[in-house]
This record gives sequence, structure tokens and C-alpha cells, in this order.
Amino acid sequence: MKRLRLFLGTELPVLCILAFGLGPWVWMMLTSLRPDQDLSHSPITLIPSVFTLVHYIELLQRTNFIYNLRDSLVVAVGAVTLGMLLSLPAAYAFSRFRFPGRSFLRIQFLVVNMFPVVLLVLPIFMLLRELGLLDTYVALIAGHATFTLPFAIWLMTGYMDGLPVELDESAMIDGATRMQLLRLVILPLAAPGAVAVALYLFIASWNEYLFALMLAGRNVRTVTVALQMFIGENTINWGLLTAGGTLVALPAVLLFLLAQKRLVGGLTGGAVKG
Amino acid sequence: MRRTAFTPWLFLAPALVATILLVLGPVMETLWLSLHNVVLFRPRVRPFIGLENYISVLHDEAFWSSLGRSFVWVGVAVGCQFALGLTAALLLNRRFWWRPVARALVIVPWALPSVIIGLIWTWMLDFNLGIINQLGVQFGLLDASIPWLAQPSTAMAAVILAITWQGFPFFCVTLLAGLQSIPAEQYEAAAIDGAGKVRSFWYVTLPGLMPVMATALLLRMIWVANSLDLLLVMTGGGPGTSTQTLPLYAFLTAWSGANYGYGSSLAVMLTLMLLSVVILYAVRSRK
Repeated sequence: MKRLRLFLGTELPVLCILAFGLGPWVWMMLTSLRPDQDLSHSPITLIPSVFTLVHYIELLQRTNFIYNLRDSLVVAVGAVTLGMLLSLPAAYAFSRFRFPGRSFLRIQFLVVNMFPVVLLVLPIFMLLRELGLLDTYVALIAGHATFTLPFAIWLMTGYMDGLPVELDESAMIDGATRMQLLRLVILPLAAPGAVAVALYLFIASWNEYLFALMLAGRNVRTVTVALQMFIGENTINWGLLTAGGTLVALPAVLLFLLAQKRLVGGLTGGAVKG
Repeated sequence: MRRTAFTPWLFLAPALVATILLVLGPVMETLWLSLHNVVLFRPRVRPFIGLENYISVLHDEAFWSSLGRSFVWVGVAVGCQFALGLTAALLLNRRFWWRPVARALVIVPWALPSVIIGLIWTWMLDFNLGIINQLGVQFGLLDASIPWLAQPSTAMAAVILAITWQGFPFFCVTLLAGLQSIPAEQYEAAAIDGAGKVRSFWYVTLPGLMPVMATALLLRMIWVANSLDLLLVMTGGGPGTSTQTLPLYAFLTAWSGANYGYGSSLAVMLTLMLLSVVILYAVRSRK
């Protein structure tokens, strides 16, 4: 009786929510494994008539998708590196120093995160055009830094606040310089948090669409822009699209599952302290 | 700890310089552009026109209607995400043996790129081959297939369905963390005082969740209000202007309309409205 109540009251609703949450994703993957004849006449069968990898083969052999994957990877790694390099010292300053303007600056980084992309993308586009940098890796890394940097600072400050100050003090008493302290004490302790933040930034950059569309798109074309371009004027090749979507979604989902635990603490912790 | 006035600025300088260059500079530039008449084809000639763009905005019917759609978009989408996310969080806070798996898997939609989410839902809502139309007809929920994204009366609801799917895991995960931080003693105390399930939810759970809830709602509201990609991928603002929210109107004006100045003033209006929400929240949480 108790078991039944648990099932009806908790497990069944959870199953329904999971079905809603995972259904569309699973449907995309199923679609990508169908042969073309399944995708051309209605009604579509729930289970594919045969499973096939033709769309993946076509995607990797007959399109530039592999180069799009490379471009996405380069941009994301660049944006993460830039974000982390700049945010670690900044988070350290916010967490360990008291100075005039501190809370104002902290809030400023939060507010900066809230500016609409529409507000930023036009002037950045015009600036990059002046500099002749449109459609390069630099352009996209700079564009993505507009959201990776403030976000990294916000999350990293939260983590550093969680590290006990006593450790700093005892290291200083032992005669460590500030650089030694940072390298030998703070960085190793902040590393797990930093990894989670880096993973999150990677996903954010990997998934980004609007900057990638506006600031590049021809020489440097990320996967999100490339996928969108598979949509023809009259016909949509759903097999190719869903195969691409499955490949692009996979790293994002896996990394997110990895980063999830630590990230949630950072998100809500930072949110409450904000 | 040694306190020198200079050291923290040394650590902050790179991040500050980058932010000024990449964010604050462009924001100022947009403000400046919004006071000028700038069109794409002659970027060098930009006559100063003062607040004229803003006056036109206030008389622009498309501005008011896209603002109205933005309110619907934010209100309904965030409301649905929140309701579903809270339900999921409460359920996942109960004990059952496969809970860790369920907690991990529920975040999947959050991790996916908006473009892919737009494509998945466009595919599922397809008139001929969409699974939603097919199952709907099969189970008698629909009389016939509906071109969800192609008719003005259903397009907005269809995109809101997609963004609800994308956003509910965020609420689930943050609210679940909030639930876990409520000390068990509070529930025990409530039980001793004779509070039932409903009352302990009302007097222990809700107040304990309040700070996380308020922050999560604020963050999500701003993200949803700003978000363009799902709308761009699924409808592009159409059919007609039935899904054209304010940021999309600003984007299309500046881009397809090639009118930078006017587009900028629309973007500034949007930012001012969002900023006022943020400031209101900051002032209230100070108290």
C-alpha cells in the first residue's frame, strides 16, 4: 500500500516530467537514425522501420560540418580561457580585499550580465568592421566574452568567498608572497569550482547563436549557425538536421551533467549573496 | 592580512578593461547611436537628431504592440517554467530509489543550444510529419493537423511551449537546492506544533524558499525578456508580426531595416525597462 502511494504520488509524476523533459531530445535522436523514406510520408511511425547512420555519414562527408565543429571548439576554448584568465584575479580581489567601490563594482558585473544582446551586438559589429576583424575567431571570442566574463566573475567570487581566510593568513605569516599564496594555496583550493565554471562557460559559448550569426558566419561558422543554414527555402532535410543536432547536443549535455553539482551551489550561493 | 590600497586594483584591472571595452563601451556607443540618424548604407553620415528617435518610438504602434507581446512572452513563459520547475523540485526532494538518476536527467533541456531546441520543436510541430499533430489526431485531441507555427493564433503559444521546455530545469535545479537548504528541524518543529503537510508547506517551505525563488525568477525573467534565438529560429517574428517581441523588433529594425539609430533607441528602451526591474529588486532585497 505504501509502495503504491509512493509510486502514484511521486514516481509516476516524476516519470511524466522526465518524459516531457527527455522526449523531444530522444525524438531528435530517433529521427536522425531513420532512413529517408520514413521522413517523407505521413504518418510517421513511432519506431523507425530500420536504424541507419546515412545522415551522419552524409553530414560528415558531404558537408563542412566537421569544420563547423572545429570553429565552435576554437571559439569556445578561446572564450573560456579569456573568461577564466580575467575572472580568477578579479574574483580574488573581490573576495579577499576591502576597498572603496567594491560592492558597486561587484554589482556592476552582475548588471552587465543582464544587458540585452541586441544592445551589444550592433556596436560590437561596427567596431569589428572598422578593425577588419569581422568573421574571425577573435571577433567571436570577444563577442562571447561579453557574457562569459561577468558570469565567471560572479560565480568565482562566490567560490572564493567559501574558502577560509585563515588559510591566507597562515600562509602570509609563513612568509609567502601574494603570488605564491595565489599559486600555492588559492588556486588548488578553487580548482574544482573553477573547472565547473569553465565547463559552464564552454557550454554557453558552444550553444551561442546570435553573436555567431552576426559577427561571423562565412569563414568562421559555428555549429549553431551551420545547423540553421541547413534549413532550405522550401524543403528541410530533417535527417541531416537532427543528425547535426544530436552531435552538437551531445558534448553540451555530457559536460553539463559533469559540472552540474558544483554549479548549482555556485549559482544559488552567488544568487543569494549577489 | 596586509591591506594596500593599490593591490586589489591590480587584480581587477584586466577584467575591468575588458568589460569597459566589450560591454560598457558598446553600451555607450548604442546610447550615442540612438541620438543620431544612422542607416547601414551610409555609416559615415550620421546627423545628430537628439531625442527624435525616442519620440518616434513613443508614437510607434509597432513598438507598443511588440512591448505587449513581450509582456505575454515573459509572463506566460516564466510562469509556466516556474510552475513546472517548482513541481519537479518538490517531487525530486522526496525519497525514492532512482532519485539521483532523475535529478541528473531533468537538466537535459537546459544544456541544449537554443537553435537545436528551436529545430526540435519546429520538427515536432510540423504540419505533415510532426509527432504532436499525429498523436493529437490519433488520441482525438485534435480534429485535424494544425499548422502551429504558420498561423498567428497559435505561433506564440508554440514558441512559449518550446521555451518552457528549455527553462523549467533551471527552476527545478535552483529551487531543489533551495529546498535542501531548509533545515529539517524546522519541519520537525512544525510537526510537533501539529502542522499538517499543507501548513508546513505554507509556513516552512515557502518562506525558506523565498530568497532563492525571488532571485531565480528575476534572472529568468531577464533572460527570457532578452532572448531572441528561439523566436528567430522558429518563427522569425512571424507569421506577420504575431511573435515579434520588443528585442526582436529592435533587432529586425537595426538589421533587416538597416536603421541603426532607431534600432538602438528601441534596444535602449528595453534595457531601461529591465534595469528598472533589477533596481526595484535590489532596493527591496536591501531592506
